[in-house]
Amino acid sequence: MSTRLAAGGRLLNKEKALSFTFNGKQLRGFEGDTLASALLANDQMLIGRSFKYHRPRGVVASGAEEPNGLVNLGAEGSFEPNQRVTTTELFDGLTATSQNHWPSLEFDVGAINTHLSRFLPAGFYYKMFIHPRPLWKHVYEPFIRQSAGLGRAPKARDADTYEHFYFFCDVMVIGGGVAGLQAAKTAAASGAKVLLIEQTAHWGGRAPVDGGTVDGIPVDNFVEQTVAELEAMPNVTLRKRMMGAGVYDHGYVLGYEQLRDYAPEKPGPRHRLWRIRAGHIVTATGAIERPLSFAGNDIPGVMLASALRDYVVNYGVSAGDRTVIVTNNDDAYLTAFALNYAGLSVPVILDARVLAEDSPAMEQAKAMGIRVMMGHAVAKVKGGKRVTGVAVCSQAGEGAVLEEIACDAVAMSGGWSPVVHLWSHCGGKLSWDDAQAHFRPDVDKAPTGADGQPFVTTAGAASGALHLSDVLGDGDQAGKLAAAASGFKVKQTRCPVGESPEEAPMMPIWLMPQGAGVELRSKSWLDYQNDVKVSDVQLAAQEGFESVEHAKRYTTLGMATDQGKLSNINGLATLAGALNTSIPQVGTTTFRPPYTPISMGAIGGEARGDVFQPVRRTPMHDWHDANGADWEPVGQWRRPYAYLRPGEKVHDAVMRETKNTRENLGLLDASTLGKLIVKGPDAGRFLDMLYTNMMSTLKPGKCRYGLMCSENGFLIDDGVVARIDEETFLCHTTTGGAERIHQHMEEWLQTEWWDWQVYVANVTEQYVQVAVVGPNARTALEKLGGMDVSKEALGFMEWADGELGGFKVRVYRISFSGELSYEIAVDAGHGQAFWDALMVVGNDLGVMPYGTEALHILRAEKGFIMIGDETDGTVIPQDLGLHWAISKKKEDFLGKRAQERSHMTDPTRWKLVGLETLSGAVLPDGAYAVGEGENANGQKNMIGRVTSSYYSPNLGKGIAMGLVLHGPDRMGEVIEFPGTEGATFKARIVDPVFYDKEGEKGNV
Amino acid sequence: MSEPITALAGAASETGIARIMELSLQGMITLRGDLASSAVQKAATGAAEVEMPGTNQANCVEDRGICWMSPDELLILCPYDMVAANIDKMTETLGNAHALAVNVSDARAAFRITGTQAREVLAKLCPVDLSLENFAPGMFRRTRMAQVPAAFWMTDAESFQLVCFRSQARYVFDLLSIAAQPGSGVNAYLT
Amino acid sequence: MLTLTCPVCGVTAEETEFHGGGEAHLKRFGPGATDDDLEGYLFMRENPRGVHFERWRHAYGCGKWFHAARCTTTLQVFGTYPAQTFEPPKEICDKISEARPGWSWRAFK
Repeated sequence: MSTRLAAGGRLLNKEKALSFTFNGKQLRGFEGDTLASALLANDQMLIGRSFKYHRPRGVVASGAEEPNGLVNLGAEGSFEPNQRVTTTELFDGLTATSQNHWPSLEFDVGAINTHLSRFLPAGFYYKMFIHPRPLWKHVYEPFIRQSAGLGRAPKARDADTYEHFYFFCDVMVIGGGVAGLQAAKTAAASGAKVLLIEQTAHWGGRAPVDGGTVDGIPVDNFVEQTVAELEAMPNVTLRKRMMGAGVYDHGYVLGYEQLRDYAPEKPGPRHRLWRIRAGHIVTATGAIERPLSFAGNDIPGVMLASALRDYVVNYGVSAGDRTVIVTNNDDAYLTAFALNYAGLSVPVILDARVLAEDSPAMEQAKAMGIRVMMGHAVAKVKGGKRVTGVAVCSQAGEGAVLEEIACDAVAMSGGWSPVVHLWSHCGGKLSWDDAQAHFRPDVDKAPTGADGQPFVTTAGAASGALHLSDVLGDGDQAGKLAAAASGFKVKQTRCPVGESPEEAPMMPIWLMPQGAGVELRSKSWLDYQNDVKVSDVQLAAQEGFESVEHAKRYTTLGMATDQGKLSNINGLATLAGALNTSIPQVGTTTFRPPYTPISMGAIGGEARGDVFQPVRRTPMHDWHDANGADWEPVGQWRRPYAYLRPGEKVHDAVMRETKNTRENLGLLDASTLGKLIVKGPDAGRFLDMLYTNMMSTLKPGKCRYGLMCSENGFLIDDGVVARIDEETFLCHTTTGGAERIHQHMEEWLQTEWWDWQVYVANVTEQYVQVAVVGPNARTALEKLGGMDVSKEALGFMEWADGELGGFKVRVYRISFSGELSYEIAVDAGHGQAFWDALMVVGNDLGVMPYGTEALHILRAEKGFIMIGDETDGTVIPQDLGLHWAISKKKEDFLGKRAQERSHMTDPTRWKLVGLETLSGAVLPDGAYAVGEGENANGQKNMIGRVTSSYYSPNLGKGIAMGLVLHGPDRMGEVIEFPGTEGATFKARIVDPVFYDKEGEKGNV
Repeated sequence: MSEPITALAGAASETGIARIMELSLQGMITLRGDLASSAVQKAATGAAEVEMPGTNQANCVEDRGICWMSPDELLILCPYDMVAANIDKMTETLGNAHALAVNVSDARAAFRITGTQAREVLAKLCPVDLSLENFAPGMFRRTRMAQVPAAFWMTDAESFQLVCFRSQARYVFDLLSIAAQPGSGVNAYLT
Repeated sequence: MLTLTCPVCGVTAEETEFHGGGEAHLKRFGPGATDDDLEGYLFMRENPRGVHFERWRHAYGCGKWFHAARCTTTLQVFGTYPAQTFEPPKEICDKISEARPGWSWRAFK
């Protein structure tokens, strides 16, 4: 059984006991524990179930590479699935539950899959569930979804907050082991601004566990001393609990800082995503130990040798009383020593190598009285939910069992692979190191930055320097290189000398024993989480999935949440073996960020809840809200769709507002419409180029409706232009067009006509603009008192400055409804007061505010087009019967040449008409009209579509506009619009002006 | 005429790692023109009563100042009730020079962010190096603040003044308040 | 995510402060132009793998358009320059020649 030892645990504060629960069971640990170490201390080796076969799974690693130990953490608003127990720091009150099993962790029905595993090889799902097709949706998929998948999605809203932080430095060092510390120190010595981050809560990486000396002092003292020196340097920022999640173009790095996962009682955000720009990046990300592929290597109790030693040294936890060590290298011997020091039994070291002479490690093991069996291997591990023993065989053979050794833990080591993820994210290439049997960074093929120079350097084990004596020198070099690369003069400092014992060479072992038959291979796990075995990869190769990317997807090797940190190299080697080629020939799959999963909250940062998106508000926003506004998003603005009275339905409010505006008086908040000042000696000439109309002939004091097209000829915006004085125009745009058209103008002025003298300013938000509309509009303004707004003083399409009710105003006599209408601009700071004043004077004139839907109906009744309804980026003004607004006198305007293209002048382009259903019903918006015959694809020919459709309360029937083939020539004809669910609407083609065709209502 | 009001009527947030407050009415004039022209310079300095700032600089004294917006645009700060008179004065000074002076006082909202960690609050929202070495009083920066445009400068070693569009005032205030939430200090800068 | 230096205001900023505007050095064709010229102007783009000239706007900053010479594969930026020109400045072309001997782009080399 696994248990807490009486002594040891360098990271623990044994003064402070913590309590936590696992599957409701109350357990105890210490401050400094990870959830993994605390669970092991409580003999909780079984932690979860695998993805496919629901095999029992226990902790295999001690860090970020852990594939098995995934749990649900927390509850309600802090619930999070798939949290790695090895990187979860224990805190008082932590609650964890296991996942991917039913009904319980100990007894899981899904585990039947393991007995069916010979029927469920790689590609099984692809082959099995393809036929018969209909079964997929209703039978297979629901069943697979029920049985597969890790964890479950949180149901409650995340109660925590998150943030981003932009940070800039000359040198960023990722990884706070000895290489990273040394790199940071030498880089900082040059004067560079350095950021050093470490993903765990402790500095020093593996070194304090693995031991060795630096300049004669124990390595943990060296770590302590270096950290103190760095802390004292003003140009160094140190961060623990911060992971380098990804390295991107031009020195961009995402740093994932966990602020209070280990101490939920602390205030503030939970995670902070640092968005870092570094001149040069040093990745001192260490190396990860590889498992060995032998039968039963997934049984709980089989762990990485380094992890076993971490638990003993760092947390005073033993994984078992008797541990068999199986290895192909000297490093695993350190685990035997650590266990031996802790008073635990190591019955045997199975070393697959055959060496001419003993290495110092072997000698030491033998001196300790540990049995070392060279050239031997594990034939199979015995046990179900827990290791009970190993069967020993020769590595060279096929697995004939020589003896069985009882044990309750197995420590395995297949060698070490540098963590090259961050090097590779932005294009760093790898080379295969035959001696150490791993991929390491190819220093000649580094990722390059904005200046074309390399911007990432690896340090220490991440470079492939696995021994303390090499690690320090490599880190030292990396720091100097980084400082020089970011423009600093390197200070010649002495590099401390690390000492660690000589090691005998490792020997690559990709299958144990080397001649293992299919029986054993189909129990030799590569990917623990996704249940990929040696036999699966071999099958993939056999079936033709020879590319590593194909084999990965076919088998799901490396596709689990750990992204193959343990399984990749072993998988590649297996594939290479099956293809009878070399590992570098097979190559690696692509390393993609993030290094380990990061929270969605951190990615979103502050952008949630009220600030998920910027909502733009007019100065009357709160009034609208208090007066029943049913909001409609228009770009980032919120505009009232209608103002609902208590108990009123939206449709009824719209009908009421639409009628009232024609009969009495309506107020519209039109502040969101764009207002652009265009000024200069060339302003007229410029607007003549931008609008299809002639604007330069407009007289000061007058307004003109104008259309804007893109160079492609399509309509992009419309609005009323007012000429303020000889050199100044005010251009109204649509609500969505204010910024867009402002930029459109700037673009042409800056990039094409930069010699023209024109300045543009966007004054949209300087003014509140209120449309005062209806038969009583003039009376209302007269009641406010001030300037003359009579027909004579202020005619249709004229504007004037003046005062109304004591407010400084600019009044435009323009109408988008056909009614008598004034649009009145006042400074935004007075907007609400002006609106209030209008409501007061309108009180006995039947005033009602109206929303955007009433606005739409009113304009549709008059046949006025709306950008975005009648236009969709493929419509030209000619389609909409707007020839009157296209100047024939102008030699040029944007879109003119494009509108001369044959397709634009094609008489079969659909044209705007009005549509009335024979029944009076409302046509479905967007419905298509069908004509005679079929097209080449056997579909009915389309002859038109509805662009706007409403119920008009003023006319008592449905009205619509649409684009119809030869529409204007077919007045009175009836065409058919199929609706949904078999309905068909018959509609008559009519003039698009439905209401007050003579325009008498506005002409008063 | 009514009393003009700001977008948020002086909203403030006091509980976080920096103080956030909406400033009262601030006169602002956009002046576009050739900044090398003496007429344009005189119009600017005459209205703001401060010297011309350099590129990417702001020269501000209390509620008067000139901010460099682009090679052909300045933002003139002056008392709110002086805007109309100042525009008249500027128009006169500009004479025949090709330029545009327009009141944008009500089109914007202005905030002050104060405290030893004010830099960090902005650095959570803007992709700008706000370390002591790289941002100091006198400098002016237009940038992206989360999802909207904003511009800011420092009025002293621990205070920023920030302007944004009026319609986005609530969003910006909320952003700043969230970024300044208690317990969120980064302590990444020297102090 | 790129960093670019706006040649107009001199600010170096990350890509989110800018807005890309497609290919640079297009010549406008208006009324009187042939169909081929119009098609070339509206639709035909180099879309190269390697050296490229692009338009960018310092959208959240000074608001000005400028041009950038960039490698689309390595993302190396050879330089940025104001938009009010018909061809890239010599020093940028020289810098490209140094890094990518024998390059050409439309009429430039």
